[in-house]
Amino acid sequence: MAGTIYVDGVWKKFARGENFDSLRDLIPGLAKRLLSRPVSQELRKKEFWALQDVSFSVKPGEALAIIGPNGSGKSTMLKLLSRILKPNKGSISVTGRLGALIELGAGFHPDLTGRENIYLNGTILGMKRAEIDRKFDEIVDFSGLSAFLDMPVKRYSSGMYARLGFSVAVHVDPDVLLVDEVLSVGDYHFQEQCFRKMQQFCRQGTTLVFVSHNLTAVSTLCTAALVLKSGTPVFRGDISGAIQKYHSFYEADLKSRHLEIVDSRLMVNGGSDANVIEPGARVVFEVEVKALAEIRDAHPGVQVHTPDGQCLFATAASRLTKDRLNLLPGQSATLVFSFDMNLQGGVFLLGFTVSPEIETPGEWLYYNPRLKRLVLTEDRRCAGVLHLNPSLDIVSQPGVIDPRSCQEVSL
Amino acid sequence: MDNIQNATSTQAEKRGLFRELYQYRDLLLMVTWRDIKIRYKQSLMGFLWALLMPVLVVGAGVIAMIAFSRVSGHGFDKAAIFSVAVRSVSWAFFAAGVRFGTNSLIMNKELVTKIYFPREILPLASVLASFVDFAVAIAVLVIVLSIVKIGVTIHLLWVPVLILLLTSITMGVSILLSCANLFFRDVKYLVEILLTYGIFFTPVLYSAKSLGKMGTLMLVNPIGPILEGLSSVVIQHQAPDLKWLANSAAWAILGFALFWKIFEKAESSFAERI
Repeated sequence: MAGTIYVDGVWKKFARGENFDSLRDLIPGLAKRLLSRPVSQELRKKEFWALQDVSFSVKPGEALAIIGPNGSGKSTMLKLLSRILKPNKGSISVTGRLGALIELGAGFHPDLTGRENIYLNGTILGMKRAEIDRKFDEIVDFSGLSAFLDMPVKRYSSGMYARLGFSVAVHVDPDVLLVDEVLSVGDYHFQEQCFRKMQQFCRQGTTLVFVSHNLTAVSTLCTAALVLKSGTPVFRGDISGAIQKYHSFYEADLKSRHLEIVDSRLMVNGGSDANVIEPGARVVFEVEVKALAEIRDAHPGVQVHTPDGQCLFATAASRLTKDRLNLLPGQSATLVFSFDMNLQGGVFLLGFTVSPEIETPGEWLYYNPRLKRLVLTEDRRCAGVLHLNPSLDIVSQPGVIDPRSCQEVSL
Repeated sequence: MDNIQNATSTQAEKRGLFRELYQYRDLLLMVTWRDIKIRYKQSLMGFLWALLMPVLVVGAGVIAMIAFSRVSGHGFDKAAIFSVAVRSVSWAFFAAGVRFGTNSLIMNKELVTKIYFPREILPLASVLASFVDFAVAIAVLVIVLSIVKIGVTIHLLWVPVLILLLTSITMGVSILLSCANLFFRDVKYLVEILLTYGIFFTPVLYSAKSLGKMGTLMLVNPIGPILEGLSSVVIQHQAPDLKWLANSAAWAILGFALFWKIFEKAESSFAERI
């Protein structure tokens, strides 16, 4: 069925330097390469595995995110899917028409005009001439560059370049769309336009593979995620789990010599530890800490962040109570925060910090901006991340028959 | 159903030599068009260059021939000048196609590393773009030759065959060299040297027959019999030497197939080795 991706036991290695050191090695080396297709699994010197034993599949219409630190093999995976690279071992099968936004405008020639480049890039991406003729106006409209069509693209700004590239690429109408961190170009409104276009693709049943460091975008757009670390898949599952896994790579940075967390719980209505929460619920967040050194008059605090680390809410003892945290080494305490979870529809991170007696920005006794992850269910009454518990009354004025006023109310 | 079947493509699937090329024919034409277009963009004379170049090439050939005849003391006739014109225009196509084709993959590094399509498109489009210049030169030659009333015979039917063989050899050589140049950048310098010296081992400025033993060497060179053949059917009104032409045909067919095979074998590592 069109739009299915199967990746089975894929290994890919790269060379750190050039493979042939001298002309003497070259002739026998080249002869061997040409005569046989060596599927050697051993690494020769200067080689390393960029991907190791990666297997996953994507169903038609599914939106999969690939996340991981820099150099974890995400872009290599996309290049393998788009057939630019070939795996050393394993097999990849992609059915249906493939569209790849690996680099916007990669096929542009700087000396050609915008109009000429639409045709050139369109055919490079796999469209037929007649198809481009048909979609030409649509492509131009989407890019918003109709005034600059007859200008060589070398005179375009980088934003205009990206706009035109994206516009051509999305009009390929693929069954499978591969997107590699391309939303970061262009102005705010164009980014939004691109984002909406990608959502539209998802609704139409296009299979999407999305590589991005923008975790908020990932969690909005994708339903599942694959987490790569140094070329190895470490997680395949739901977005919130993937985001937690991703952040867990940096757990070592969060070690503190002042105190450690023994346990933490998030409870709704006195129930047990939960991470799926209904919008607007009153939650109790309990953190049990143990002092490693003496702690005097410290301020424990709590924060709520988006997956990207944008702070939505923060509070601390200094703002809430006259009580302070005082502990001797080895002593424990439980901190009980409670607040209304007026958020909805997405993944959020719950942070916990302890600041010293004299609060200074950036100085912490303990700092973990993502101690727990939460999934807020969606309230069908609203969109966005805030849950403001909305309601609406439409009050008709009896006896008034001016149609304009009716219109105003219904707006 | 048929539609899906068409669009289906997996990496495991064996590619048909010409089928994929047919599927990407729009792309081949578009890249050829781009190569022609950018060659004359932002230039004063624009497409006039395509007319001027063959005139200059033929001029150089004629000057060389006049010099030869002065030194040797023999005269030269009108036919000899037109023979040099036919040969040098054809050689210029081969040289330009190979030179341009050799650089085609590395000139399009962006495309090779960022987008998937059959990479053969790039050297083939380079040769096709050079062919357009060749076609312009042929048109000029046809006009000149008809003005001087060189005459029309049945042997002219050989011309398309000979041009097809020449194009096929040029494409085969370009495919191989573009791939070699991707792995080792010194190939393009070697190509320049070979093309510069190649003119002395190809019957461009003189006919192979006039050189005796040395002339045989020029016919071993697969371009040689084609240039000889073109001159003989257009100017001398004689059929080409079939024995030596078989040598060229072997290169045009078997050489092409072999070089394409090598290219396809190497293709999968282009993106990481460029």
